[in-house]
Amino acid sequence: MITAENLVKDFGSIRAVDHISFELKKGDILGFLGPNGAGKSTTMKMITGFLQPTSGTALVGGHDIQKEPIAAKKLFGYLPENGPLYQEMTPLEFLGFIADMRGIKNRVDRSRKIQRVMEICHLEGVRHQTIETLSKGFRQRVGMAHTILHDPECLIMDEPTDGLDPNQKQEVRRLIASMARDKAILLSTHILDEVESMCNRIIIIAEGSIIADETPEELRRRHPRYNAVELSLDHEDPQPIREALRGLEPIEKVVEENGKLIAIPKKGEMIDHLIFETARRENWKVIGMDRFPVKLEEVFWDLTQL
Amino acid sequence: MQAILTVFKREFIGYFRSPVAYVFLIVFLVSTIGLTWFIGGFFDTDDASLARFYTFLPWVYLFLVPAVGMRLWAEEKKSGTWELLFTLPLSVTQAVFGKFLAGWAFISVGILLTFSMPMTVAYLGDPDWGPIFSGYVGGILMAGAFLSICSLTSSITQNQVISFVLSVAVCLVLVLLGWSVFSDLMLAANLPVWLVDGLSNFSFITHFTPMVRGLITLRDVLFFVSLGAFCLFVNVLTLER
Repeated sequence: MITAENLVKDFGSIRAVDHISFELKKGDILGFLGPNGAGKSTTMKMITGFLQPTSGTALVGGHDIQKEPIAAKKLFGYLPENGPLYQEMTPLEFLGFIADMRGIKNRVDRSRKIQRVMEICHLEGVRHQTIETLSKGFRQRVGMAHTILHDPECLIMDEPTDGLDPNQKQEVRRLIASMARDKAILLSTHILDEVESMCNRIIIIAEGSIIADETPEELRRRHPRYNAVELSLDHEDPQPIREALRGLEPIEKVVEENGKLIAIPKKGEMIDHLIFETARRENWKVIGMDRFPVKLEEVFWDLTQL
Repeated sequence: MQAILTVFKREFIGYFRSPVAYVFLIVFLVSTIGLTWFIGGFFDTDDASLARFYTFLPWVYLFLVPAVGMRLWAEEKKSGTWELLFTLPLSVTQAVFGKFLAGWAFISVGILLTFSMPMTVAYLGDPDWGPIFSGYVGGILMAGAFLSICSLTSSITQNQVISFVLSVAVCLVLVLLGWSVFSDLMLAANLPVWLVDGLSNFSFITHFTPMVRGLITLRDVLFFVSLGAFCLFVNVLTLER
């Protein structure tokens, strides 16, 4: 659905995007991650045809965004960063304008589509209020509504939950997830939890280049403590248990943190069962056993601090 | 065509969504009609024509057309809505034309609202309607040329004040070049006659004056149209990033 082919963008002597290529298929929710200034928004702007790449191109539904911009733009809905809107219009007028721009001429179809997105985005109560008087949350919903108005095959959203309160964030995430099955969705965000909960694929971009293009699970696998096991002991001397764990073949090392023993496996192997069996056999007084919580943030930090 | 019409409609109605439109229309009417009556000595001429009214038109345009044009692109850039607009299925050319036509139509509404002037003239005397009509045609054409310059300057900045000042500066040059007082000054500065004549050919006043007298020539119409087309063409180029 969306293909980025060797996208490069130079601003003067600065290379903002450096040979970025990826492909997005129907059903994919691709999270675009990266520190500020990494080139996420610039890449999105090139894919949507707002910026002309220095070299390379992007295809949307097989249409080259530079050679057939109109055909390509018909296929996606784009929510730019900060959701710019015509402030002096009401949501109803604004969505009417977008419907006209999208060539939705049939009056019945037009009002049905507008009504549908008004309902999805809960805008009925503010339909006649000018956008400038709406709260940030409502404005973001208007942005979301215009993005999905023509029920596009591809959605491109630049930080769709930015500036929203936790409830609104949750609502937007739910909305995006509900549309995932029959669309290709590309979204950028700073929030790793968001990526973890919504995306089935993550691209991490730093200094204009892709440094990881994986599923969330594959990315988690990069964590040095992937599949590590935490053991909480019942006032028992941890030293013999530590030694015993160290002697197990798949375990690389054992560390003690916050009164817990953490067994770290070699190459991220699964060791839960082995430790459980050993503890039972050796009659260790274990009061808790958990998988070490691997945070994507730590993987992200490691990757982007290079 | 549909896209141009949609942009036109949004932009044109947009003028009336803010008080700016009403302030503009009132100031435009007060300044054009007021200048004609009080500075131009409308009653002293004892002439049933709009010649005095048209004399002030380029000078009023000089400040009021940039006031309309300064927001055309600068505001879109500042608020970020140009990113929204240019990722919708329309070309930059369609967007530029749609917005320009809306601004032009809006100024034309202001011009047409001065209908009280020809009505007054008709009430007081027996005017020749030819020059009045051609003057209005010229006035609308000239407004288009003014606005195309403003649209261009508006597209190179996101600051409306800079856009306004640039527009006034460029338009001022194009007004002054054809103003008889300025031409006399240039001649007094020992500039050759052919150069002064040549430069005056680039002025709005030079091409508007025949129309005020009832003469619509292809040369004058082409001047306004080609100036407008050139500015809008460069306008499109500046917006293609």
